[in-house]
Amino acid sequence: MRVSGYAFKLGDSISTDDIIAGRYLYITDPGELASHIFENRPKIRSRIQRARRPIVIVAGRGFGYGSSREHAPLALKAFGVKAIVAESFHRIFYRNSINNGLLAVEAPGILGIVEEGEPITIDLDRGVVEASRGAIRVSGMPGYVKSILEAGGLREMLRRLAGGRSP
Amino acid sequence: MAGTLTEVILERRLGRAPERGEIAIVEVDHVYLHDGTLPLALRVLEEAGVPSRPRDPGRVTVFIDHAAPAPSLAAARVHKRVREWARRNGVRLYDAGYGISHQVMVEDAIARPGMVIVGADSHTVTLGAVGALATGVGSTDAALAMVTGKTWLRVPEVLEVRLEGTLPNGTTSKDLALHLASLVGRDGAIYMSMEFTGPGLAGLGVEDRMTVSNMSVEMGAKAAIFPSDEVTRAYYNSLGVEVEELAPKPGAEYDDEASINLSSLEPMISEPPEPSRARPARELEGVEVDQVFLGSCTNGRASDYRMAARILKGRRVKTRCIAVPASRRVYNTLLREGVIQVLSDAGCTIAHGTCGPCIGAHLGLLADEEVAVSTSNRNFPGRMGSPTARIYLASPYTAAAAAATGVITDPRSLL
Repeated sequence: MRVSGYAFKLGDSISTDDIIAGRYLYITDPGELASHIFENRPKIRSRIQRARRPIVIVAGRGFGYGSSREHAPLALKAFGVKAIVAESFHRIFYRNSINNGLLAVEAPGILGIVEEGEPITIDLDRGVVEASRGAIRVSGMPGYVKSILEAGGLREMLRRLAGGRSP
Repeated sequence: MAGTLTEVILERRLGRAPERGEIAIVEVDHVYLHDGTLPLALRVLEEAGVPSRPRDPGRVTVFIDHAAPAPSLAAARVHKRVREWARRNGVRLYDAGYGISHQVMVEDAIARPGMVIVGADSHTVTLGAVGALATGVGSTDAALAMVTGKTWLRVPEVLEVRLEGTLPNGTTSKDLALHLASLVGRDGAIYMSMEFTGPGLAGLGVEDRMTVSNMSVEMGAKAAIFPSDEVTRAYYNSLGVEVEELAPKPGAEYDDEASINLSSLEPMISEPPEPSRARPARELEGVEVDQVFLGSCTNGRASDYRMAARILKGRRVKTRCIAVPASRRVYNTLLREGVIQVLSDAGCTIAHGTCGPCIGAHLGLLADEEVAVSTSNRNFPGRMGSPTARIYLASPYTAAAAAATGVITDPRSLL
């Protein structure tokens, strides 16, 4: 599995409240959620609206901090984010992201080798993230998690379940 | 032989000793969702073509608590859908006004020691206070757990938090939680389970423990489990329920440890924009405050309002003050005890059973650059309204002291 896009850099502890505010919890349409992205962080909002797509978010530690709202990865995906590479993730966001087929990979040291806006590629089979200044190894992804991702997310696994096959 | 509480609970499920780091697929005892997360779970199932009927409706509970009663037409429509789905599928529904999910899960004794519980809300970790392995998940994970009765989890490393001493007057388990957040950091417990041990446990009631477990997710924890001990059993006995004791095995091995002497703690406040930015309240005295919020799944219990009333009795609030007991049961207890009268006389606005103010959904949003002192768990930008509002997290004593004086105040001077 290979995903490419243009790097959009963020710092540490980007919360799900940052990504989508609690007042939009009653919206389930991904496109509508995407229109409210980062409203709690106006500077990030104006920057991401100008960012070149497809977007690969490159972030620091603890991405996806806080609320379990799955609206956050849905909004990012619908906005045009293809993948998130971070030093580390909060676990609920990580699961939600993978479950929705939004690639999330841990790559400690990533912020140091990526320039804002440059092309970046995640090669999951080789376990590396490549940018202009070099490549960095991705932290191991458990096989089970990879299988969810390769199926296209947990939703796809649910579909298989509906078809009477084992998830 | 590892034998942490987390592993003791998982071992029973798996019929063998779990290995740290392995991905285990486990049967869950209970799944719960609310009006903010169920609609998305139903959408996921619908899109996947999977019938949304739970495998065992008796093991699923649904709450209308995130903005309740409905503050908007959009909310009313979502609530209606939630009600109809619950009725059609024989799922127990706690409708608007009954209470906040995590509070009701404990006080109605749905959650019990030794259970594995997943909730479609990050503060599901609150139930670790009664010895449950309880963790928050998103809507899709909750949907899958609901229709299959199972979930997957990575067997976590365990951070032991050893407690000694007793909390001094004016200092609460919220101050312990904020201190712990500053110690562990905002991502210091990611993927880990926290477990509490030591002689200090005896002095912490179930309500106090819920506050601590609740805030563990602000440090990234997957779960935050207290043993089921005499304190736990006495609590359940008061509800007319017998529960088992649950303790780690002797010589349990932990991956990391922290030690806290409760006697040395003092009132704390977390500065915006993160819960881990805690410092002694006395260092922030004099900061002007516009609104005080007493409530949420962190501090919306009877003991919390008794503390607030100790400060507010005979005083008038100098800020807007919104008190939202976490459930009708809490509200009724406070009504009988005269605490509601004290809060009302002091000038607080009182409602019950909603998450509204904490998530900026309704019942007291903050305008630009306003300052709030809140007993809730998160002070991120925009959490309670405007992105430029500033939220300080504190105990019920400290929040009530801010309401009584109009500025951040060390509550010990008013007790």
